[in-house]
Amino acid sequence: MSDQGKMDCGRRRLIVATAAVGGAGALVALVPFVSSLLPSERAKAAGAPVEVDIGKLEVGQMMTVEWRGKPVWIINRTTDMLGTLPKLDSQVADPKSEVDMQPDYARNETRSIKKEFMVVIGICTHLGCSPSSKFKAGVEEGMPTDWLGGFLCPCHGSTFDFAGRVFKSKPAPTNLEVPPHVYLTDTRILIGEDKKGA
Amino acid sequence: MKKFLMALLFAPLTVLASGGAHLDHWPGAVGDKAALQNGAKLFVNYCLNCHGASHLRYNKLTEIGLTEQQVKDNLMFTSDKIGEQMRVAARSDEQKVWFGAAPPDLTVISRARASADGSGADWLYTYLRSFYRDEKRPTGWNNVIFENVGMPHVLYELQGMQVLNHETHKLELAVPGKLSPAEFDKDVSDLVSFMVWMAEPNQQFRKTLGVGVLAFLFVLFILAYALKKNYWKDIH
Amino acid sequence: MAAGNFEKYKSDGSLGGNALEWFDARFPATSMWKEHLSEYYAPKNFNFWYFFGSLALLVLVIQIVTGIFLVMHYKPDAALNASGIPVAFASVEYIMRDVPGGWLIRYMHSTGASAFFIVVYLHMFRGLMYGSYRKPRELTWLFGVGIFLVLMGEAFFGYLLPWGQMSFWGAQVIVNLASAIPLIGEPLSIWVRGDFVIGDATLNRFFSFHVIAFPLILLGLVAAHILALHETGSNNPDGIEIKANKDKNGIPLDGIPFHPYYTVKDIVGVVVFLMVFSAVLFFAPEGGGYFLEYNNFFPADPLKTPSHIAPVWYFTPYYSILRAMVWNFLGLDAKFWGVVAMGASVVIFAFLPWLDRSPVKSIRYRGPIYKTMLTLFVICFFILGYLGTQPPSPMGELVSQICTLFYFGFFLAMPWWSRMDKFKPVPERVTMK
Repeated sequence: MSDQGKMDCGRRRLIVATAAVGGAGALVALVPFVSSLLPSERAKAAGAPVEVDIGKLEVGQMMTVEWRGKPVWIINRTTDMLGTLPKLDSQVADPKSEVDMQPDYARNETRSIKKEFMVVIGICTHLGCSPSSKFKAGVEEGMPTDWLGGFLCPCHGSTFDFAGRVFKSKPAPTNLEVPPHVYLTDTRILIGEDKKGA
Repeated sequence: MKKFLMALLFAPLTVLASGGAHLDHWPGAVGDKAALQNGAKLFVNYCLNCHGASHLRYNKLTEIGLTEQQVKDNLMFTSDKIGEQMRVAARSDEQKVWFGAAPPDLTVISRARASADGSGADWLYTYLRSFYRDEKRPTGWNNVIFENVGMPHVLYELQGMQVLNHETHKLELAVPGKLSPAEFDKDVSDLVSFMVWMAEPNQQFRKTLGVGVLAFLFVLFILAYALKKNYWKDIH
Repeated sequence: MAAGNFEKYKSDGSLGGNALEWFDARFPATSMWKEHLSEYYAPKNFNFWYFFGSLALLVLVIQIVTGIFLVMHYKPDAALNASGIPVAFASVEYIMRDVPGGWLIRYMHSTGASAFFIVVYLHMFRGLMYGSYRKPRELTWLFGVGIFLVLMGEAFFGYLLPWGQMSFWGAQVIVNLASAIPLIGEPLSIWVRGDFVIGDATLNRFFSFHVIAFPLILLGLVAAHILALHETGSNNPDGIEIKANKDKNGIPLDGIPFHPYYTVKDIVGVVVFLMVFSAVLFFAPEGGGYFLEYNNFFPADPLKTPSHIAPVWYFTPYYSILRAMVWNFLGLDAKFWGVVAMGASVVIFAFLPWLDRSPVKSIRYRGPIYKTMLTLFVICFFILGYLGTQPPSPMGELVSQICTLFYFGFFLAMPWWSRMDKFKPVPERVTMK
């Protein structure tokens, strides 16, 4: 029997064993407390996917719906609007959407599932203001002469095109976020979910 | 002195003189999934029109063995989101006008109705089978367990019509309903089963966890006691 | 062993040792550790009855920790939500169902509340049996009476929060008692409630008292209680002073350092307590309707008075005493005398150190009068408690009056019966019975 100072082996072993078992119990007892801070059923229900009817959305029009407390813009893009996108490839910071701001099915030229419909979260990726729509080309809405149409964030001047791509040399670092979404039918989009169904 | 003590000890029992109503014992058991699903169906069809169960969310019904799709297809009439609470469509202030009192929310009714006379389940089981025809009441129904209740006999078509025999003070089935008395009792038992579950859905998990916790504490006790004995062997 | 005479820690050269030496030079860490734990000499003959002090501390911690987490989700709002349920009541069901682990935290808090009173009553009874309130420990006892009063307040305020029928009507009855006070009673009740009836104003201020004010007071009183105890040293089941026999180093011969002996023993006590606590929590959280009252699962309804209003079980003895006073005299309502009697029945504990005139402290060396009186007192307390749960009745009223008479007689006649009693010679040294 080794004599570790004044404490014998048996006592030390009992202390270690009791402390280990007690400590394990204490850790397990922490679980309900720590998990009580996780989103509750109420929070999860409030954050549930939102179904949107786009049947009445006319070409060239935008509608805004709320999902998880955030504005989601849906634009029924005209061919002209879509036509501006390839022209701006050299002026936007991330033309091919390489940075992860969209689901895989939106990593394309129009950053969408269906070419016509843009679905993005309307929050500037700089500091969270909601950009204003500046759909008219040129100086009519106070934009520069070479402006082809898109969005301007009033807080610090970031601009985005009709696919939500951020222009170079602006405060916002990334393209507008595309939320997970799926088309339930041609006129109904479910925002907040990738897959169809239950 | 002893007599005085005895009187003191037993006197309070006389206070127990007045008892409550006699309640039938609920025959069901907690955890019977088939009964719970039948009960859920009965609850949504017969009760949710007037009573809310606003503390229970539809998605919790997946814990009695239903899939989300089954819940959406069969049990959701007034709502389309499965995360929502089981609220009643009517407004409570309107119901007060219609019924005299707003029908209470039923989520925890099975806990609220417990008493010295029996469990909440016993009360509900007896209550739902104790309606009888009473022309003097505005709804045409009265109840042996809850005198002059404002609730009509919503399960009338299933049970049939009972009358109260004023000599024997017993209920008699005057007009049979769709179900036989035995079948009706089973349906009511299932409905009560659902309400017991709804009052505390985590009940089963609570008990299972309790066994684990006590087992753990017993092990810890052995160790802690051995440790105590080890230190205290020096003390006399 | 005067305070502050403990040597500062000297490092053994390790990193931890250096850190501790740095800290100890700036904070009385080692001296506090020694004064209250490793060199606090407690009598070696503590028995079962001596577990309840540390258990009371444990329950206090449980209540505070669970309380902190409950407050994250509870809403003190008496208004009705969209489903017609008061928001406060609904928030409790929200905790029970929608908050992960919420049900467990809630049950810990509700079981803990009843556990607190069971532990504290047993702790007080130990004091009664062994004369722990006697000189020189009167102040420890007085702080303890203060803790008991504050604890009753804390429980009363807390019970309103779930906003069930019993919460509402229990508070209604008790706050109405204030109106019994002559002249100022009615305006006082309105001031306490913040309204003409118990309502949202009352709920919110009780929330503040329960969550912040009273816990802070409680923590202060508990600290004072322990500091006062440590100043005199603990009593023991034989009721003799161990400081009367010290060795050449000034350490009581019958004393053992609290740490490690009582820390290790109290851990066993804690584990056993947690077993009982868990058994209740996991298998019978309603406590047969006494820990979570059935009627409290109905939301508060100011328009529907329950047929039977009773306070929570731990208040029932005092409630019986209140109801026992049915006579008006000196131009004042029986209601007023009921409040006076109820208050006096708790406050009278404070006078014990001066009412008890026996030359010996502990029941072990006291005579038959004491043993009979104490037994009768306990029986009376239980009878009063039981009667408090029942609706009023003529027989119940008579029995409560007899028991109330005895209850006060126990204290008020104590200077005489404690002196008259026989006693046995106390030993010089403690006995390990």
